[in-house]
Amino acid sequence: MALLEIENLHAEIDGKPILKGIDLSIEAGQVHAIMGPNGSGKSTLSYVLAGRDGYEVTEGSIRLDGQDLLEMEADERAVAGVFLAMQYPVELPGVTGMTFLREAVNARRKAAGEDEIDAMGFLKMVRAKAKTLGVTDEMLKRAVNVGFSGGEKKRNEILQMAVLEPKFCVLDETDSGLDIDALKVVSEGVNALRSAGRSMLVITHYQRLLNHIEPDVIHVLAHGRIQKTGGKELALELEQNGYADYVEAAA
Amino acid sequence: MAATADTVRQVEEVTGRAYKHGFVTDIDMEMAPKGLDETTIRFISAKKEEPEWLLEWRLKAFRQWQQMKEPDWAKVGYPAIDYQDLYYYAAPKQKPKLNSLDEVDPELLATYEKLGIPLKEQEILAGVVAVDAVFDSVSVATTYKKELEKHGVIFCSISEAVHDYPDLVRRYLGSVVPAADNFFACLNSAVFTDGSFVYIPKGVRCPMELSTYFRINAENTGQFERTLIVADEGSYVSYLEGCTAPQRDENQLHAAVVELVAMDDAEIKYSTVQNWYPGDENGKGGIYNFVTKRGACRGRRSKISWTQVETGSAITWKYPSCILQGDDSVGEFYSVAITNNAQQADTGTKMIHLGKNTRSTIISKGISAGRADNTYRGLVRVGKRAEGARNFTQCDSLLIGDKCGAHTVPYIESKNPSARIEHEATTSKISEDQLFYCMSRGLSTEDAVGLIVNGFCKEVMKELPMEFAVEAQKLIGISLEGSVG
Repeated sequence: MALLEIENLHAEIDGKPILKGIDLSIEAGQVHAIMGPNGSGKSTLSYVLAGRDGYEVTEGSIRLDGQDLLEMEADERAVAGVFLAMQYPVELPGVTGMTFLREAVNARRKAAGEDEIDAMGFLKMVRAKAKTLGVTDEMLKRAVNVGFSGGEKKRNEILQMAVLEPKFCVLDETDSGLDIDALKVVSEGVNALRSAGRSMLVITHYQRLLNHIEPDVIHVLAHGRIQKTGGKELALELEQNGYADYVEAAA
Repeated sequence: MAATADTVRQVEEVTGRAYKHGFVTDIDMEMAPKGLDETTIRFISAKKEEPEWLLEWRLKAFRQWQQMKEPDWAKVGYPAIDYQDLYYYAAPKQKPKLNSLDEVDPELLATYEKLGIPLKEQEILAGVVAVDAVFDSVSVATTYKKELEKHGVIFCSISEAVHDYPDLVRRYLGSVVPAADNFFACLNSAVFTDGSFVYIPKGVRCPMELSTYFRINAENTGQFERTLIVADEGSYVSYLEGCTAPQRDENQLHAAVVELVAMDDAEIKYSTVQNWYPGDENGKGGIYNFVTKRGACRGRRSKISWTQVETGSAITWKYPSCILQGDDSVGEFYSVAITNNAQQADTGTKMIHLGKNTRSTIISKGISAGRADNTYRGLVRVGKRAEGARNFTQCDSLLIGDKCGAHTVPYIESKNPSARIEHEATTSKISEDQLFYCMSRGLSTEDAVGLIVNGFCKEVMKELPMEFAVEAQKLIGISLEGSVG
């Protein structure tokens, strides 16, 4: 069985249907990419997977490792191994990066009936991971995302992912707002986290990101449905022809 | 630090919205009859074997109080208080003097255990905090006295001080908050029962933080503490005040007075974590916390710093203030006030600049949830002779939900053209984005709120002494439980 199974997923916001029957299954260790034009439902899919309030699932199911995600709140899904790297990471004034990470780790340990993490050991571990992503100690002492540049915000998201070691990661337009150098650092960070037990879903407009994070499978999303599935060549095709085919096909 | 980690645990311990300190200790009480007249005051004074001058002082205050009107300018509402329907004196029936903790009523000690301040443990933990525990009206046990005596520091109940250091008490009592200062302070002057007295001699840095845990126990007993702290030239003291009260359906009045005096180059740091019973979700019961706190920076380069974390009480009416008389003196006010459910708080500070180059800082964080109302009311006044006075004020309000209120009422009066006064204010809400962001990392709604609010209050929390900061962070989490979702 695949690590993540989405079946016939329908979701709406304020009564407006956005996702209209998505089927998707991702094997453990695989990286899938979802590409699509604006308004195709890409971000909605990421929020529905993470369990954000206000997104109502009207039909279908999502299973992670056999567990029904739709039965869980956002925090329970996170503890179960879902991680959403956000397109627009949120500022938390007064909350340092280190505190935030420790709280997140301790929430998992608490759920597992374990004691809180040893503060010194944790500090060391985070610092080591931060270093590879170019996240400085100074950044960890600052309030989460407050005054961060676009690149710093995204690197910080990947650092959280590295520390929390999720089973299933959704990267929502992680390339947006990044210059070439930042894109490279972030992609390398993501690639370092690829492993046999972990699956990823990379959501993007552009083929550019997929040069750095090479997916196993690419899906094209338009009008709330997956219109086409293929290999790397699909991204190149889209790069040449744009989304016009899909937009018109479904219209 | 381990802010919300502790909150997590604490929240687990407290199921529902139960008030952790809501228990009543069953100890024989000795009470004055209900009601207030000169007989009551004479009774209190006689019980405490007070000198004639103090009785006269009380009686004078009482006569003035009878002419005064209860203030109604604050943005709080409550049914009229019947001052004749209160007990003004309640003391546990005890042997008058205790030589060690072993002599303290075990049930009383158990109460402290429940409050999380086991005196024995404090004693063993050595040298961290000296606790002058006030149980209702009479100080029961004072620890660490010996260590303090070595440095010449006086830390005792004010009743003891009246007997042992009458000159000091007489010189300073009412010198910062005059007996007839305001309605509640005047009532306190007439009927105050106990409280703390601290004197730090010249050039002494108090070797430990001094701490008093106040607690209101007897039903219908208004508690009227009186605290007086004097820091002589070049001395330093940090004083911690923690407050809890048992849960009861009826409202209880708490009208305390705190006076601070700092001489040349002296510094007083006064920290409060106030967790009086706030009443239930519907606003039934809870403490009326009508308190007058004021410090006088009498000496040059003296400094008084107020830090308060106010999470409890049904109604809070409190403006810890600084009178900056000495040239180059400094006043600070750091405040976190949280109101949830039906709580009301009207709190802030007064910074009165009289001396040259006096400086003051005000950082106020108001958090409002449920149907609560939270008002910052502050006065910055610069006198004619206060050349070069400076003030910086920052008032931030955070709203949780859409039924609560936040109000900011700053008064600024300057009579000196060289004064520099800054006022910044913000109002914000905990955004859904922030909550979702935290939850998508695994934090429960309550932990997320605790984390975000602790972040919002950070500038104030870092002013608290370490051991208090942890407790205060927990309280923030608990007091906002159930405010979201």
